[in-house]
Parts: sequence; structure tokens; C-alpha cells
Amino acid sequence: MTTALKPRATREAYGEALLELGRLHEDVVALDADLAGSTMSKLFAARYPERFFNVGVAEANMMSIAAGLAVGGKVPYASTFAVFATGRAFDQVRQGIAQPRLKARICASHGGITVGEDGCSHQSVEDVGLMRILPHMKVVVPADYNQMYAAVMESYEHPGPVYIRSGRSKVPFVYREIPAALGGGADVLKEGTDISIIACGIMVAKALEAADILQKRDISAEVVNVSILKPIDVDTVAASLAKTGCAVTAEEHSIIGGLADAVSEVATEYCPVRIGRLGIRDVFGKSGTPEELLEEFHLTSEHLAGLAGQVLNRSS
Amino acid sequence: MTNFRGDHPEAVIPQDILNLEKTANLLRQDVIRMTAAAASGHPGGSLSSADIVAALYFQVMNHRPAEPKWPQRDRFILSKGHCAPVLYAALARSGYFPAEDLLNLRKIDCHLQGHPDMHKTTGVEISSGSLGQGLSISIGMALATRLDSLPGHIFTLLGDGESQEGQVWEAAMAAAQYRLDNLTAIIDVNGLQIDGHTRDVMNVEPLAAKYEAFGWTSRDIDGHDLEQVIDSLQWSRTVAGPVAIVARTVKGKGVSFMENEAGWHGKAPSPEQERQALAELNAQAEALAGEPAEASN
Repeated sequence: MTTALKPRATREAYGEALLELGRLHEDVVALDADLAGSTMSKLFAARYPERFFNVGVAEANMMSIAAGLAVGGKVPYASTFAVFATGRAFDQVRQGIAQPRLKARICASHGGITVGEDGCSHQSVEDVGLMRILPHMKVVVPADYNQMYAAVMESYEHPGPVYIRSGRSKVPFVYREIPAALGGGADVLKEGTDISIIACGIMVAKALEAADILQKRDISAEVVNVSILKPIDVDTVAASLAKTGCAVTAEEHSIIGGLADAVSEVATEYCPVRIGRLGIRDVFGKSGTPEELLEEFHLTSEHLAGLAGQVLNRSS
Repeated sequence: MTNFRGDHPEAVIPQDILNLEKTANLLRQDVIRMTAAAASGHPGGSLSSADIVAALYFQVMNHRPAEPKWPQRDRFILSKGHCAPVLYAALARSGYFPAEDLLNLRKIDCHLQGHPDMHKTTGVEISSGSLGQGLSISIGMALATRLDSLPGHIFTLLGDGESQEGQVWEAAMAAAQYRLDNLTAIIDVNGLQIDGHTRDVMNVEPLAAKYEAFGWTSRDIDGHDLEQVIDSLQWSRTVAGPVAIVARTVKGKGVSFMENEAGWHGKAPSPEQERQALAELNAQAEALAGEPAEASN
């Protein structure tokens, strides 16, 4: 079950954690590309204007400036929408940040389709794949406000580059409190024996709901929240696959390049089992309200429970 | 040659013009030997920028080869990363690593990568190779330096062909917006790029006027006249806001058959061509050796 706390957007946690990092560490600097009000870096900008750099609508420039700041001993947090952070500025991230293993943080908001009405140009369903493929890049997709806050706070210490994805829309709380750390990045939120539901981001809350639905059908689902998609917690994921013998993955991202692939990679090497994949099925997004889009693309707890049932039937 | 000051063994001795001419000649010979040994690499733009690079490493910049991360140092950013040979030659000749490494350029076990890698090669400030990003990275370094109240100046070398990358102009906007006093861009305008004359492929001129329009101070100079090069680089330290030095150069400078030939952008000399190129450069060096040394310095 998710908690009764009023849902909040993960990007709000980014803004508030960044502000706290700014208070704690003088070497934290932040950058944005004319979206400070949306990514919530505006909180840091208002408090620490001398350490905030708005580069205007120039994401490529922003990523390279962040690289230079990192070389100069700062810990830069660069934010914009996920689609621009990873697509528009891919080469700048690749050459300037990932390859030199710089301590730069890319904190992208508006991941996935719950961006809503703005449509496919602003909905990133490829960002996790683009970042996951880059050597040295750590990829984090927190499940709720509390986990996002923890992810941003602990990112300060990470010696290399980090990509952290947040979302525009409010999501239910999965964690009652801000966790001390993300640990290995795979939390077994509910134990089960029949099937593993492995989810990330906004789909974690829906995975818990799907487990409840399945429970009513006498199916015991284990729910695993993978918040660190790279490097993925192989032991926890493989142990769950071995225990249940089958799985479904759930993500607000293309089933190519994201969580489905990350879990499949673990399965292929360590524990080959049948895996159903819930996500965006090789298409771009479209306009609509976030709720309509989640229904359109089958990113609901009902569809997740249904897919789990199908995978179980095929596996038995 | 003697590189280091006796009273300050970690600091490079600033050279006078005549010695800089000789050093630039040496860097050019290194570029020829390195690319010939590697049987690949980019001699053309390395030769056109040799005087600028020599002036920076052996006269203008405060740096300590024995202490590469000295916080007070000036920094050189090679935005046109394919001209790595001349950077490596300058680093080796100023004492960052042994000169014999140069002949292992691009070899599987050597730290000298085809394009600069900050983690492999001592003295390389940032990895580069994909064009158009160095000026933005320099802005980040200049901002960090300013935040820390450090004295270091950032010198960034770009190509004229590279100036076709849109990100260069994003950076030009930003450097003026942030009023970076500690940033100098040097554009090595050798007029040629891989597919031909820059003016024919995609004209970038007027460069000085473009930078002025973006809010920079600029100066057009002869990039092979070391007095002009040094004077401009030193002057750029004193100017408020970012400075663009548009250096007019000859691609392949110093080797007759390479000069003004786009084909020598990314092609290594054969052993025979290497011999001829070194003979020409040696003759130039001997001519310099006959010159009386200047009294100053």
C-alpha cells in the first residue's frame, strides 16, 4: 500500500533538496536552461544567486559549462526537461561529463508521458536508455518525493556523473519518510512468491496497487522498486527472479533501453525467467491529461495486474 | 633546452621572442615526427597553431609542469581537440611528461590519445575532440575560478571551421552575459577545413565583428607574428569581459607542401614526406640560430 500522505511531484523534492545541498556545501552550484520555474531549481536560484547560472535556452551550452565547473572543483547540478537534457545535449553529456567521469549531476524533470498536454516533443520516453548506455553514468529514477529527496542529497558524494529523473505530476508517497539512503537501489517493498513486479518511478505506487489486485485473485506478487537503474542491484533483482520464477517490469519509459532492458539483462546473465514488460511500446507520446495518457499507454495498476496474470499463465 | 627557472624549479622560464621562434619550430618538428610515427593524426591545424601554443606554454601562461593541478595556474583548453599533437608537444617540451612519449602518439599502450583525454595525459585540462564544446567548458572553468577568487586565466583555442558549430555562439553569448574577465578565446583562422576553404564550405567571417556583436572585445592579428601573439594574449588579461583573438594563420605552416592544403588536415606524412618536412623545418631552425639573441629576458 502507498501512504496516505498527499501526493507531491518528485521535481518539488529536487528543488528542496538542492536548496538544502546549497546550504550544506559551498561548492554546490546549479544551472538551468530557462526552466528554473519548472524544474524547481528556482528555489536554489533565489537563495544562492551567485552560485546559480541560467544559460537561457541553450542546453548544450549548459552541459558543457557544468563540465567546466566540475573540472574547476564545483559540484554542478544542471536541470532542464529530460528530453532536452539527454537528447538535445547528448554529445555534451557524453564527451564533457561521462567520458571524463566528472562529478556533474544532471537532474532532469518532466520525464515520461505524464508531462501531459504538451505532447510528444516534451515527453521523454528515451532518456533513461540514452543515459544508461553511457559508460560511468549512474542512472537514478526515484519513486516518490521522499526517495527523490534522498537521491538528490546522496548524489553529492558520488564520485562520478549522475543522471536523476524526476516528473512533473504529483505521485503518491511510497516511502513514509525520507530514507537515509537509496542503498543498492533495489528495495523489496512487498514480499511475494508467485511473480515479481519490478518497477521504477511513478510505476512503483501502481505496482503496489497491482499487488493488492493480484492478492484478491490469490496471486502473491513481490514488489521491487528499482530506483538505481545503473548500476542495477544484481543480487536483489536476481534473488527475486529466482524466488518467484517470473516477472513483470513497469516503467514510464520505452520498454527499449530502460528498466525492462536492465532487468532483462540481469535475467539473461543470472536467472533466465519469463518477463512481461509494461511501458511505452516503441512509440512516441501524445497530448492529453496525464491520467488519460497513463490509460492510453496502459500504465495503470489494472493493466499491470493483467499483464502479471498473463505472464503467470504462460510460465505455468 | 633549459625549461625551468633555477629559483623556481617547478615554473617554466618565460622565453624571449627568438627562443619562442625556436620552440615553435621544435613543436612543429615534433608534430611531423609524431604524426609520421603514428601514420595518422592531424598535422595541418597543429602546425598553424604552433606559434600560439608556444607563446602560451613558454611565455604567457603561469603553470607548473611539476605541479599540474596547481590551483593558481592559468589553463589552456584545446577546443579543436584534433590538434592534440601540438598540445602534446608543448606539454612534453615544458616538462609534463618525457618527450620520448611523443613518438607513441595514438599507440595502444600510450597515454597520448588521438584526441585529448584529461585522465590519461598529465597536463590536459579537459577531454575534447567533438568540436564546439571547449568554449562552453572554459566558461564553466572561468566561473569556478572566479567563485574561488583564483587568479587563473582561461585560454581557449578554437578553429575557424569549428566556429560553424552553433554551441560556440551559445558560449559567446554566455561569456559576455557573465562578464568573464578571465577568459580569452583564440581562433586559429587557417581558412581551411576538411572539405575545403572555410569560406566555401560555410563562411564564418567576419569573426572579430561577430564576437564584438556578441559583447566581446576582439582583435585581429597575424597568428605567426609572435610579438603580436604575445602582446595580444597579455593584453587580453587586462581587458574587462571576454576577449577574442582572431589569429590569421596558414594551415600546415612551416612545411612547404602542407601549407594551405586542406588535404593535410588529417593525413600523416609518409617517411619520405617526413624527411622533407624535417629538412625544411631544420633549415628554418638553423636560420633562427644565426640570429643574435635578444638582450632582454
